[in-house]
Amino acid sequence: MRNDYDEMYGRDGAVRPHYGAFDDWLQSTPALQIEHKRREAEIAFHRVGITFSVYGEDAGNERLIPFDLVPRIVPAAEWRVLETGLRQRVHALNLFLGDVYGEQRILREGRVPRDLVLNNSAYRNEMRGLAVPGGVYSHISGIDLVRADDGEYYVLEDNLRVPSGVSYMLENRRMMARLIPEMFARLPIAPVERYPDALLEILREAAPAGIEQPVVAVLTPGSANSAYYEHAFLAQQMGVELVEGADLFVRDDTVYARTTRGPQRVHVIYRRINDDYLDPNVFRPESLLGVPGLFNAYRAGRVTLANAPGSGVGDDKSVYPYVPEMIRFYLSEEPILHNVPTYQLRRPDDLKYTLEHLAELVVKEVHGAGGYGMLVGPASSKAEIEEFRARILATPDNYIAQPTLALSTCPTFVESGLAPRHIDLRPYILCGRRIHVMPGGLTRVALREGSLVVNSSQGGGTKDTWVLEGGA
Amino acid sequence: MLCRTANDLYWASRHMERAENTARLIDVTLRIALLPERYDRGKAEAAVWCRALDALDLVDTVRQQYGRIDGETVLRHLILAADNPSSIYSCLRAAREAARAQRVAITGEMYEDLNTSWLDMRNNSWARIQADGINNLLEWVKSRSASFRGVTIGTLGRGEGYHFLQLGAFIERADWAIRLLDIAGSDTEAEAPDTQDAAVYFRWSALLQSLSAFETYRRLYRETVSAATVAELMLLQESNPRSLLTCTSTLHGVLRTLAGGQSLECVRLAGALSAQSRYARIDEVLGNGLEPWLQDAMARLSRLGEEIHRQFMLSTDIAQPTLPQLQVQP
Repeated sequence: MRNDYDEMYGRDGAVRPHYGAFDDWLQSTPALQIEHKRREAEIAFHRVGITFSVYGEDAGNERLIPFDLVPRIVPAAEWRVLETGLRQRVHALNLFLGDVYGEQRILREGRVPRDLVLNNSAYRNEMRGLAVPGGVYSHISGIDLVRADDGEYYVLEDNLRVPSGVSYMLENRRMMARLIPEMFARLPIAPVERYPDALLEILREAAPAGIEQPVVAVLTPGSANSAYYEHAFLAQQMGVELVEGADLFVRDDTVYARTTRGPQRVHVIYRRINDDYLDPNVFRPESLLGVPGLFNAYRAGRVTLANAPGSGVGDDKSVYPYVPEMIRFYLSEEPILHNVPTYQLRRPDDLKYTLEHLAELVVKEVHGAGGYGMLVGPASSKAEIEEFRARILATPDNYIAQPTLALSTCPTFVESGLAPRHIDLRPYILCGRRIHVMPGGLTRVALREGSLVVNSSQGGGTKDTWVLEGGA
Repeated sequence: MLCRTANDLYWASRHMERAENTARLIDVTLRIALLPERYDRGKAEAAVWCRALDALDLVDTVRQQYGRIDGETVLRHLILAADNPSSIYSCLRAAREAARAQRVAITGEMYEDLNTSWLDMRNNSWARIQADGINNLLEWVKSRSASFRGVTIGTLGRGEGYHFLQLGAFIERADWAIRLLDIAGSDTEAEAPDTQDAAVYFRWSALLQSLSAFETYRRLYRETVSAATVAELMLLQESNPRSLLTCTSTLHGVLRTLAGGQSLECVRLAGALSAQSRYARIDEVLGNGLEPWLQDAMARLSRLGEEIHRQFMLSTDIAQPTLPQLQVQP
């Protein structure tokens, strides 16, 4: 066992104070009863149909994301720092997006390399010079945090395109309140239930100017998509229509939904499909998921898309190393949250160092997501490393490398009982007239012993995240 | 409401109703199959199973696919066959898929109910059905359908979604009122005179029992069970919740609500069909021949189904927005 930071137990094995009440519950509840609650959770998740589909497996294969009964608990003082840091970071990222599609000051002043941004595949020339409502590009952001063995939090990556998982944050909370209601009486756990309401609020705020009662819709690729459950869940919780591309059409730069009573105008689209598929007239012509003419309607200011097309250039892994610089540049503040030190393999020195230390590093594709296309050096075989080396040498610009962080662990129920497993944390930040940081988030857990990959597509599970309120 | 949503809801309840009625069809067929051979000359050739398939226009399909028609083949085809789009298995799957696509438009309990039905059905097998007894499966299907109906009535707001669920259920049920009558009624005339009465009684009462309509029958009729009284009960009696009249007048009412004062072709068709059942007399119907009357009703019903689809669900080419925009939803 390495010397990992455990969220529940200190290095001396003692229970950390903020876990005291939960530990009491754990100690005083018979194993059989706990087992019973775990079964209950599993049955309930299946019945409610909280599933996700896995790419690469049979179509329609729905799998349950394993849910773990031991929560991640964040003490109030820690959260205050995280909250301020997240607000700062998302604010700066939105200013960055407005800048690179506008004046490009940060590029002209050489603080971020011009070609890195303008030649980035996530950069959308079509967005140049467009004034977006409220100056907000990333309305919904998910920032992935990890705690390393030094006890500090680090930002692992930013998600500004279509971050998913928030439905699990809400369903996990609902499940915990049902399974262990007594804990909610004993601990001041910050509520996250307001999320759908806050989301609807910022979406309505994003409506084109002059619309008093904006009609909001959630645009989904359809029920075969891995996050379909979440799309439906959010639409239902907000009380808005869940639409597919074929349900919408554009006439005179105005977006309409096809309804039983004829066309109905739509003003704000929370789109859960990628830029590439939004509009076959502008982006990928073969896309059947999008709506022809949607982008022109957007450009004409007749409809708002959230998040804005082109937001991805802000969360690209090659741009990530410059986020602290953005904070200094736009806000004249020092970054509150740390970045993980990052080697950019486009730089010869970094490339040389990385190739010499592949067995110790994590290497990521700059445009990769979901835990696909990455190498975790210490967990890989010689052959895997050599295969990856060849891929890096073919297109070094495509990769970054980071030291392998010893992600913190949290006790987790596995077959042999409670055992430490690595976790991360994705808080959600909503950006409207104000920036709302939801007090909680999605804690993902790598269920395989020693594994550092927490993505659900790679066999990860989830936990509820309890942010404590007050002076604790 | 989105056209696609209306379509999915319509088919979710239509498929549940179809599953239930398929179970009822199997029930009546099993009951008739109990009749001793003397009373059913076609028994040796599995005539009773052929009649069941005939009501569904499936005789040729099953014969081609399996090369034979017998009890087990028909049961497996109607209950479990994944390649039969109308099998109970396929109906539960289709209902659940439609509900999954429209989780937003229905209540959580409704989806959970359909999801539970599907998960149980998916784990079923012919061996298990045989071990548990086929009647238990039929009871289960009926109770799953009743559960969905109950959860819908008990939890879903009376908006457009509710109306489209109603349309799907009642158009399907109307269809079966006609089909089931056809099964029990066909070629009783061909029976030998000495066995005819018993056979007729047996078949008609089997039908009533499978429709859980025996009690209703007894409340309404003193006379013995006969073609005339059962046909009247199934077609023209408003107090029978599964009669053609009940179904078509419900459809008419729902469509009028959906039309909201507009004069739509589908309202007219439903009204005409409902009036036809309301003002018909059974002696006239039988006098002119039951068969042509049923065929005419079936043709009108299918035209109504097409018209409902065209009016509300055809989303492919809405050419122009109707301006000015009348409907503003918050």
